[in-house]
Amino acid sequence: MLTAFLLFFPVAAALLLHFAKGNAARVMALGAALVEFAVAVFAAITAASGMTPGNSEAAYSSFAVNIPWIASAGINFHIGMDGLSLLLVLLTTFLVPLIILASFRHDYPNASAFYALILFMQTGLIGVFVSLDAFLFYFFWEVALIPIYFLAGVWGSERRIAVTFKFFLYTIIGSLFMLAAFVYLYFQTGANGGVRSSDIAAFYNLTLSAGEQAWLFWLIFIAFAVKMPIFPFHTWQPDTYTESPVPATMLLSGIMLKMGIYGTLRWLLPVVPLGTSQWGKLVMILAVIGIIYGAIIAIRQQDMKRLIAYSSLSHVGLMAAGVFSLNMMGLQGAVIQMLAHGVNVVGMFFIGDIIQRRTGTRQIAELGGLTKHTPLLSVSFLVLLLGTVALPLTNGFVGEFLLLAGVYKYNMWLGAVAGVTIILAAVYLLRMFQRVMLGPETSLTSTIQDLTGSELAVLVPLIVLVFWIGLFPNTFLQISEPAVLQILTLMGKQ
Amino acid sequence: MTSIILLSVLGIVNLFFGFLKSNKILLPAAMVILALVFGVNLIDWNTDAQSYFNNMLTIDSYSVAFTGIVVLTTLLLIPFSQKYVREGQENLAEYYSLLLFSLVGAIMMVSYNNLLMLFVGIEILSVSMYVVAGSDKRNVRSNEAALKYFLMGSFATGILLFGIALVYGATGTFQLTDINAGIVNPANASLQPMLYLGMLLMFIGISFKVSAAPFHYWTPDVYEGTPTFFTAFMSTVVKTAGFAAFFKLLIAAFNAAQGFWVPTIMAITVLTLLIGNVGAVAQNSVKRMLAYSSISHAGYLFIALVAVNAKLSANAIFFYSLAYSVATVASFAVLKLVSDQRQREDYAGFNGLAKTNPLLAFVMTVAMLSLAGIPLTGGFFGKFFTFGAAIDRGYIGLVVFAVIMSMVSIYYYLRPIIAMYMQPAEDETAEPIAVSGFQSAVLVLLALLTVVLGVLPGLFSEVFK
Repeated sequence: MLTAFLLFFPVAAALLLHFAKGNAARVMALGAALVEFAVAVFAAITAASGMTPGNSEAAYSSFAVNIPWIASAGINFHIGMDGLSLLLVLLTTFLVPLIILASFRHDYPNASAFYALILFMQTGLIGVFVSLDAFLFYFFWEVALIPIYFLAGVWGSERRIAVTFKFFLYTIIGSLFMLAAFVYLYFQTGANGGVRSSDIAAFYNLTLSAGEQAWLFWLIFIAFAVKMPIFPFHTWQPDTYTESPVPATMLLSGIMLKMGIYGTLRWLLPVVPLGTSQWGKLVMILAVIGIIYGAIIAIRQQDMKRLIAYSSLSHVGLMAAGVFSLNMMGLQGAVIQMLAHGVNVVGMFFIGDIIQRRTGTRQIAELGGLTKHTPLLSVSFLVLLLGTVALPLTNGFVGEFLLLAGVYKYNMWLGAVAGVTIILAAVYLLRMFQRVMLGPETSLTSTIQDLTGSELAVLVPLIVLVFWIGLFPNTFLQISEPAVLQILTLMGKQ
Repeated sequence: MTSIILLSVLGIVNLFFGFLKSNKILLPAAMVILALVFGVNLIDWNTDAQSYFNNMLTIDSYSVAFTGIVVLTTLLLIPFSQKYVREGQENLAEYYSLLLFSLVGAIMMVSYNNLLMLFVGIEILSVSMYVVAGSDKRNVRSNEAALKYFLMGSFATGILLFGIALVYGATGTFQLTDINAGIVNPANASLQPMLYLGMLLMFIGISFKVSAAPFHYWTPDVYEGTPTFFTAFMSTVVKTAGFAAFFKLLIAAFNAAQGFWVPTIMAITVLTLLIGNVGAVAQNSVKRMLAYSSISHAGYLFIALVAVNAKLSANAIFFYSLAYSVATVASFAVLKLVSDQRQREDYAGFNGLAKTNPLLAFVMTVAMLSLAGIPLTGGFFGKFFTFGAAIDRGYIGLVVFAVIMSMVSIYYYLRPIIAMYMQPAEDETAEPIAVSGFQSAVLVLLALLTVVLGVLPGLFSEVFK
């Protein structure tokens, strides 16, 4: 029942938000998001206390809800959480209140609708992470798209219409391929006179020929690849990140991107293992191209938001590569990096937003010398940035280390090329830091204010997590380990 | 049967209301009549099938279900004729009565058991439509629409009748089940060419009525010229009745000749999907876009016909028709309110609607998302069930094509949403649109129905056991 509450509470709050206006709306939204986070933490503690050595499933069994949805067709409202889902639910519920809090400085017109959409989006995201039925998964997958489309399209900057239109078309076309694959799989479950079912277990139990899996793989993969995005399905991403309002960008990069990786782990690898081994190498190469490509373009960026967008593209490539390395280290690395990247990228976009709001520009060339006036801002920025660069003891290090080790284990040369990402990330991020925060002041930056209380309230939890994940990664790794192990077992890799 | 009698009698009574000095009584009267018919119709639900007129008409769950859709659609649509009431249109009572009579035709189309009844039903429905298409007498486009529709429609009817005659010649009967028996009867083997030709001509006739390609060419012009309120009626009631009739014909009468007609229908399906969706992309008027979109939805419904599965297809057609009708009524209702006040039917006419009329914008958005087949709305499960029925028979190529076409459709269904939410209002359109409280309530109901269909599809997906 906890899962059901986590799923439906945000949308219920979103509906209530309709009666609030302006300031009251955002305070209510923040309250609802905090309640949601508290419940998620409670769920995590319940699971941890129920955990006995060697038996992780018992801890999570109480999270499952399974009731008929379209009974005649064998489609159930089946939700539940294992360690993997739990981590992503925690990430979502942790980031959403911060994202709401981060938007307090902006006066968005029609605030109640704005915050209602964010909460609605939260339901969609959590739905994706807890669905254990293919059609339910698809349902929430699309539900998450609708609010972000409006958030970006209505409150975005000048070129928002063309950009969000492209984003919507790309992602929905991708997901329609996935739907076609799911419908096919669904009918296969009833192929030999059996009962049709879209339950995840039924999909896992299918025996599909290698030929079928070869094309099913692409149908499903494209949906996830667009969402992540993996090169060459990424072309919507930098524009959408840049043109969206900051909270939407944070949602997109911090959480929505993880939908793609989560989907790959849960709905692609174990369902079509033969297809995955057949095409995995190609995907790895694409992912590694994406790593280098994103990083090189990031170096050339003049706009802070665009730079972070391209750096995100580069980092997600590494996560994808880790997933397709199909070994314990790669998968665990992807899981921990999902959390780390979520924390870092949300923080970076927030700092970019603070700087833009104070100085009126995001152009790196027009900024400089911020450190003198803003010690708190500089330190926060530096911590998040070093986390992204993967400095040891920060969250990024744990993830990138495991990921690179995983990729290296899969193929030495790919691992070596992917490793360049750390160097390139240091190049573009440290350069940005140097040009924005150090050096001579400009007319725009000489009167800049340091962080306010509410901004600190956003950044401090993020910074805490940067170190928490960096110093005690096992807190999180042990939650996901059984789930990851199960995925590998299903694929016959363990 | 009671619903047919009620509609006929009350339709005549309604004509007498026209003698009253005030128009105000007409709308409530028509709504009461429709609500009454809707309730009475449900009494026959799940009872034994009843036959009338020597078994020419059968009232069973199938006919009750589809009668329910057409009556409900009309009931939900009629509040948006308020403008005619206010303007004191002199012939208003007649128009309402025509709608009631046309429903008699629609009910006959969904409960026929004999080709002659099908023909009579189609004619009753069509003749009313010819009249209402031209009801805006002072408008050249409306006159053109009526004439075009009438001429084309008469040809189509002639072709249909010719087809019925040939089928009769080949099988010796008008009764659906007897036709099926006649097809498999070896004594009729030499008459097969005549049968096939007859079937083909019948398909052409009915395809014309449901605006399936390549017999769709009248649709955009007629829809555009016809007053919006009646266009909405045409694109929902006529289509629903047409498909229910078509499916019954295929499954009950021509089941034995599947080898001949499945490829034929499949060709129509592909063509209809292509022309409907690609045509809609090119439009600049929302009304014409909706006309092409209605062609494309005929294509999706055809997929259920191709699947030819007594249970799956019937359920899919029922669900799809319901979801499609609700969303279409909502979109035409909003279009009518917008175009009445802003005097334009293009996308720009919707600019900034979210600011001035959030409710209208929201309902229109829900309707567009449903027509596009996005989850959370009925349209998604409509497509899901029709595609599922086809995949069940192994028509994967067809479904992939349909999926690609529905990707195309997202392009044009998003355009009104973009106009409403993301474009600023132009000066002349910045005024809020006047919507009565009652109309708002109906719009909310339509949006709610669409969402209920999308979230709890199980309530409606299994009506035929």
